[in-house]
Amino acid sequence: MALAKRIIPCLDCDNGRVVKGVKFVDIRDAGDPVEVSRRYCEQGADEITFLDITASSDDRSTTLKTVEDIASQVFIPLTVGGGIRNVENIRSMLNAGADKVGINTAAVFNPEFVGEAASRFGSQCIVVAIDAKKVSKQGEVLRWEIFTHGGRNPTGLDAIEWAVRMQNYGAGEILLTSMDRDGTKSGFDLALNRAIADALTIPVISSGGVGNLQHLVEGIKEGHADAVLAASIFHFGEYTIPQAKEFMRQQGIDVR
Amino acid sequence: MTHIAIIDYGMGNLHSVAKALEKVSLRSGITTKISVTGDSEIILNADRLLLPGVGAMRDCMAEIRRQQIDSLIREQVMEKPVLGICVGMQAMMEHSDENGGVDCIGLCAGNVLRFAEHLTNNDGLPLKVPHMGWNNVAQTHAHPMWHKIKDESYFYFVHSYCVVPDDAFYVVGNTTYTRTFCSALADQNLFAVQFHPEKSQDAGLQLLENFLTWDGNS
Repeated sequence: MALAKRIIPCLDCDNGRVVKGVKFVDIRDAGDPVEVSRRYCEQGADEITFLDITASSDDRSTTLKTVEDIASQVFIPLTVGGGIRNVENIRSMLNAGADKVGINTAAVFNPEFVGEAASRFGSQCIVVAIDAKKVSKQGEVLRWEIFTHGGRNPTGLDAIEWAVRMQNYGAGEILLTSMDRDGTKSGFDLALNRAIADALTIPVISSGGVGNLQHLVEGIKEGHADAVLAASIFHFGEYTIPQAKEFMRQQGIDVR
Repeated sequence: MTHIAIIDYGMGNLHSVAKALEKVSLRSGITTKISVTGDSEIILNADRLLLPGVGAMRDCMAEIRRQQIDSLIREQVMEKPVLGICVGMQAMMEHSDENGGVDCIGLCAGNVLRFAEHLTNNDGLPLKVPHMGWNNVAQTHAHPMWHKIKDESYFYFVHSYCVVPDDAFYVVGNTTYTRTFCSALADQNLFAVQFHPEKSQDAGLQLLENFLTWDGNS
């Protein structure tokens, strides 16, 4: 008996609907977030991550309402990310029923914010989302950098150094997305995952690129992830969460 | 009708536990009044008390003392069932090592210690702290609060410190994360858990439902 590796379905939401695009284009509608969350919870998902990708980021009322509705029906941990820029945003998300918040771009522009958030609300509810992209060329030592704005803007920050810095500021967990793999269904960037997971003493959730169940197993066994996050393989019925867990169990991974 | 006071000492999100209690009240048909409150009058009049908790121990204990919730709990636990969750469990001990050392409420003899980070996982890498996610709880003693909950059920944990009671007699549940620690303790009217029942799906909701009917003293 041991701490189980977690499977976390991710709901990208735009204006109150679950959507999923491939590399942020070709967005397909995948349903009502409350319904979808409840279904995943019943199937045995270990947590739910809700990412608000609404373009008009000034209006968070729809998101708050959705978070409230999910939290009153789903009794597993709920992480909410997207547009978390200040302490007030965090407070309103936690009050609406989120258990953790994901901080992404705001951390890059103001790393102190992560420290402030962790000391105010506790590390346990601060997830720092890291979007990394490989910048080393063939034959060079592997190197990844942090990118913002859906992978469009480089920051010059080394991904591993950044992850360690976020841990030192008080992040309770890292949500690591490979921008090279996100939406490609070709599997996690395992070298990136392992480099970050091994450099940290806080848990790492791997994200970006899951196309089949073997990818989930690789993320944990080779990428050293503590949890794996996926969206489209679950949203469009290719696999169910029980199928994923059974497959992982057969490969010797502790799952709930 | 039972009246549960969720003790609010200003340390974060009590929404989850209130929502979960509403849910179990509805499904069990046990009419339940739920107050989220720091008001001593309401706490005195409630049938059951729930001490939740997130965040750092020093801040939690500072607020608990400022609002004199520590003395209130010490009195009230003689009269009614009390459930402590996460930091709310840790606060029941005598002392915590967190934040350089903090004296706690002291209902239960023992300390709160950090997970040893020199321990390693199966890959020989440093143990990840916080202990975050779903882990099994072995029921080391029978207790009415375990009613309809299977031994070794999974519950959701998120914590960097754990309680070490002086006397193993108080331990009613154990969990293993490289080493075995006390994840549930009980003493007369007190029941306290390190995990979050409000986030532990069916097993967690069952535990909260059991709290609606548990008459304490076992």
